[in-house]
Amino acid sequence: MSPVTAIRTLLVANRGEIARRVFRTASAMGIRTVAVHSDPDAHAPHVLDADRAVSLGGSTPAESYLDAAKILDAARRAGADAVHPGYGFLAENAGFAAACAAAGLVFVGPSPESIAAMGRKDRAKEIARKAGVPVLPDAPVTGDDPDGWAVAGADVGFPLLVKATAGGGGKGMRLVTGPDGLAEAITGARREAAGAFGDAAVFLERHLGFARHVEVQVFGDVHGGAVHLGERECSVQRRHQKVLEESPSPAVTPELRERMGATAVALVRELGYVGAGTVEFLLDEDGDFFFLEMNTRLQVEHPVTEEVYGLDLVRMQLRVAAGEPLGLDRAPEPRGHAIEVRLYAEDPANGYLPAPGPLHHYAHPTHPGVRFEDGVAAPGEVSPFYDPMLAKVVAHAPTRAEAAAMLAGALDATEVHGPVTNRAMLAALLRDPDFLAGETRTDFLDRHPVLLAPPPPTPEVVHLGAAVAVTAARRRAADPVTSLAPPGFRLLPGSAPATARWTPIGGEPADVGYRLGAAFGDTALTVTVGGTTTELGLRDLGPDGVRVVHDGVAVPCIVRVHPDGSVWVNDPAAQSGWRPEPRLPDPELSAAAAGPVAEVPGTVAAVLVAAGDQVTAGQKLVVLEAMKMEHPATAAADGVVAAVHVEPGQYVEAHTVLVTLTTGPTA
Amino acid sequence: MAVLRSRLDTASAEYAADREAMLGALEPLAALAATVHAAGGERPVARHRQRGKLLARERVDLLLDEDAPFLELSAFAGAHDPETEQPGARVITGIGPVSGVECMVVANEATVKGGSVSPAGVAKQLRALEIAERNRLPVVSLVESGGADLPRQADIFVPGGRTFRDLSRLSAQGIPTIALVFGSSTAGGAYVPGMSEHTVFVAGAASVYLGGPPLVKMATGEDTDDETLGGADMHARVSGLADHLAVDERDAIRIGRQIVADLGWRKAGPPPALPADEPRYPAEELLGCAAADPKRAVEVREVLARVLDGSRFDEFKPLYGTTLVTGWGSIGGRPVGVLANNGILFSEESNKGAHFIQLANARDTPLLFVQNITGFMVGTAAERGGIIKDGAKLINAVSNSSVPHLTLMVGASYGAGNYGMSGRAYDPRFVFTWPSHRIAVMGGPQLAGVMSIVQRGAAQRAGRPYDDATDAQVRAMTEAMIDAQSGALYATGRGWDDGVIDPRHTRTVLALALSAVHSAPVRGTTSYAPFRM
Repeated sequence: MSPVTAIRTLLVANRGEIARRVFRTASAMGIRTVAVHSDPDAHAPHVLDADRAVSLGGSTPAESYLDAAKILDAARRAGADAVHPGYGFLAENAGFAAACAAAGLVFVGPSPESIAAMGRKDRAKEIARKAGVPVLPDAPVTGDDPDGWAVAGADVGFPLLVKATAGGGGKGMRLVTGPDGLAEAITGARREAAGAFGDAAVFLERHLGFARHVEVQVFGDVHGGAVHLGERECSVQRRHQKVLEESPSPAVTPELRERMGATAVALVRELGYVGAGTVEFLLDEDGDFFFLEMNTRLQVEHPVTEEVYGLDLVRMQLRVAAGEPLGLDRAPEPRGHAIEVRLYAEDPANGYLPAPGPLHHYAHPTHPGVRFEDGVAAPGEVSPFYDPMLAKVVAHAPTRAEAAAMLAGALDATEVHGPVTNRAMLAALLRDPDFLAGETRTDFLDRHPVLLAPPPPTPEVVHLGAAVAVTAARRRAADPVTSLAPPGFRLLPGSAPATARWTPIGGEPADVGYRLGAAFGDTALTVTVGGTTTELGLRDLGPDGVRVVHDGVAVPCIVRVHPDGSVWVNDPAAQSGWRPEPRLPDPELSAAAAGPVAEVPGTVAAVLVAAGDQVTAGQKLVVLEAMKMEHPATAAADGVVAAVHVEPGQYVEAHTVLVTLTTGPTA
Repeated sequence: MAVLRSRLDTASAEYAADREAMLGALEPLAALAATVHAAGGERPVARHRQRGKLLARERVDLLLDEDAPFLELSAFAGAHDPETEQPGARVITGIGPVSGVECMVVANEATVKGGSVSPAGVAKQLRALEIAERNRLPVVSLVESGGADLPRQADIFVPGGRTFRDLSRLSAQGIPTIALVFGSSTAGGAYVPGMSEHTVFVAGAASVYLGGPPLVKMATGEDTDDETLGGADMHARVSGLADHLAVDERDAIRIGRQIVADLGWRKAGPPPALPADEPRYPAEELLGCAAADPKRAVEVREVLARVLDGSRFDEFKPLYGTTLVTGWGSIGGRPVGVLANNGILFSEESNKGAHFIQLANARDTPLLFVQNITGFMVGTAAERGGIIKDGAKLINAVSNSSVPHLTLMVGASYGAGNYGMSGRAYDPRFVFTWPSHRIAVMGGPQLAGVMSIVQRGAAQRAGRPYDDATDAQVRAMTEAMIDAQSGALYATGRGWDDGVIDPRHTRTVLALALSAVHSAPVRGTTSYAPFRM
């Protein structure tokens, strides 16, 4: 029996929501907390949440959160006696776990041996087989002989997946439907695996076409205790990454839960596993399940289990790490249903392209039964260096349908201004009839492409009208001399409406004509976009919002204008972002219209460019010599050399145009 | 403060008829406005756009702050003379905020006869510069003009020269002048940028020279072209006439706005100090506040109740000289003393008005004159009562008053009543009229009647027979001619006012005008001619 080691100061070797999540429990348990951070994260919320913070320096993960030496040094400086790795980064790095132990720090996670065993998929499957866990047919890929690969492929059977042995997170993974594509897939997967994991090894595994991703939460302690906490279904994925997770799975019966749970616990016992872990299975239409892999850490989606079982998994991790017994023989009875979605700064309609950049405003509702785990605060920045997840949103309710409705409502009321997000997609997904029927398979999003860019719940013209009216109202209020006059007052009847150009964030610019009756209170707005004119009623127009009446229905709109000029509109059902285009764009330096001239009369000493050259502002184009001095003529703005009018040795009068430049966006 | 209580019966047949008549009078206004907006017409406008140019009104709109008002002035100048002038006289003038500074904007309408200046255009520009000088408004000229309309040079050349003198004098008084040159600005026109403190030339478009290539060829034999002779690039790099070279029109406007922003301009008058809440009665009802029949009296307080802040009005001497309403109110939060006609002026009204004007001057409070006046009372009783002497007191006070005057003409403006109520000749800062407004020495029927009586008397004295049929014919012709020359559109075409407005805009227009006058110091006088007692 190992001695109990009290954890007094806990360093979390992570960032974002998971660091905050761990700090919350640790603080409640009376444990002092230490954050580490990279340079771009110096003011990040997780840093502000902790009792102490240590800078790791650097920007990329490799320079910061993946640098074990820096983290151990931080632990030493801050007097930490334990390290929680969170998920990702060093969470499943056996070397780091071992280094912590060597430095006398408690590593909140399994032993380095367990991590190493489960970190390689081939070994993990081997151990699983030994523990009697069902696995899919597979075969290693050896050598560089495509004929040999073909034999292995035929053994496994098609369709199959080429998977990185050291992999995870969908990297180094290829789906192959028949023998033809096999060689190419293996080559590609090897290249990607080598890049991502430093290990090019791949293997083949049978692919289940219509399967669900169902995983079992397990826990083991140093006293030989092992327990499962039911399953989570994580079938809704994009690019092999989870988007929505729920517990229980709509496809798992109590009997199946017991069988899967018992299987997972058997693996825990086989490994002598300590701490929180997750055993991932594929579940097919017939209720047969197959081992995929085991994650030796706390999962992103752990909150759904917490909600359903009423447990604090971080607390359990810390207790087990300190050597305490689990104190649970079996899982408590699950209560109700919990669903989690991951709110990302990414563009679902554009291949889920990450959308780093400024985060002007972030606010979420406080609905009972809805839990927000957010890692960002506004104003701030969604850093391009890290995962663009903004928050996890979790709803817990007696039934799945209620949880889905609550979660969708909470997403509607969540305000994220700045990056493009998958918020609307998630809300639409939670209201999709097939989803509500529990028809979730791993290809769910591929089969429901309409969810990627769902039609806005509020007509676009309502938000545009709100943006136009409120910005105009603000300008009128700020007019120091003539604020009394109605917006755009013109004496002559039949004057043209005011015009502006607005670009929806992530959309195409549109010219908008408008007439606004008054700058505040109840009035009317006429907007014309693309030849369509809409009459909108306005109620309580003010600097922060307006109720827009469209077709007899009033929509309360809150309008925020951020320092970059972007205008964001929220109503209880929808959000949109807009950018008013400048009426009078600054074309850089106007003097660049024709190109530089000779400042003084002199001799051309050198011509440094030729027609067709791309030049940048400040670049030397021609050097003149006069009065024993060199006088460089430079480009006033970025552009293209249209013509060079002089040659070396030539004498030029003052004011002679030396080079003609074309500048501006057409250049 | 006291609040005016309206007694206007908007359900009455009279109100409906007055409203109907006013809406009818607004129709020709809308038609004229359509002509003004059409500018040079479809083809010249299309040609102008093809050259990548903005229309004059688009330039003005972009120059002004976004969503800001534009108090256009003399919009229908020249409308009285459709034979030789275009309504608007090929130039746009008006006041609006640029970078938060109220400026006088003067923009050539280049799609009408190349923006060449007509006689009415000269008068309109000079009036704009006069307003700029008296109210200390920075001037922004948006220049694109072919110069004088040569066939009409006889009516342009001599008065037109004053434009450049005015620009220079404004500058000397510390009033900034800025010229944005979008196209040709030649011969005399070249002095608009020449006399302006700040100049911006659009590259490849502005051409500014004293004599064009043909004239140069004639004079010196030199072969040249527009760009070499007076192009923007040359003026920016060589002659130094252009302070800024703009890439395009929008860039020029951007630079112009920046120049105004950098002026550090502060208004010399006091800021609004009172609540600027809306009147208690809707502006819409102003449509029924002028009598369709000029003989019928209307209550001028109904107009004030729909113009003054919160309909608040503290009357001065309400029981004395009751046909002239005087008192204190505010528009847009700025205090104003009001003199408004509620009938013919008698001796009491004249004395009351003269007294009130002196009070306003003692308090540095601007004055609003609301004219609906058929004149001073005539007849033996009036003369014996000293109506001339008392009228002279009023005219003395009006003439020497140095606080800003705004004059609003809602109905009749006849005879010396026009003078006593700060008519155009008395240099009010602004004069605005309603379409119902009539202006003349007297009404058409009265004038025709007077002429008939005089001629009948002359015939009798000479012993000549007087032909009643001819008399009736002459009376009708005279009446028609006087009527035609006293209407609001004729008057505004002649430039007797600064604009004929929709009555519903009255409060906005007066508030903008009142704000503009506060760009200059507001200071009363204690110095008058001796009052004849």
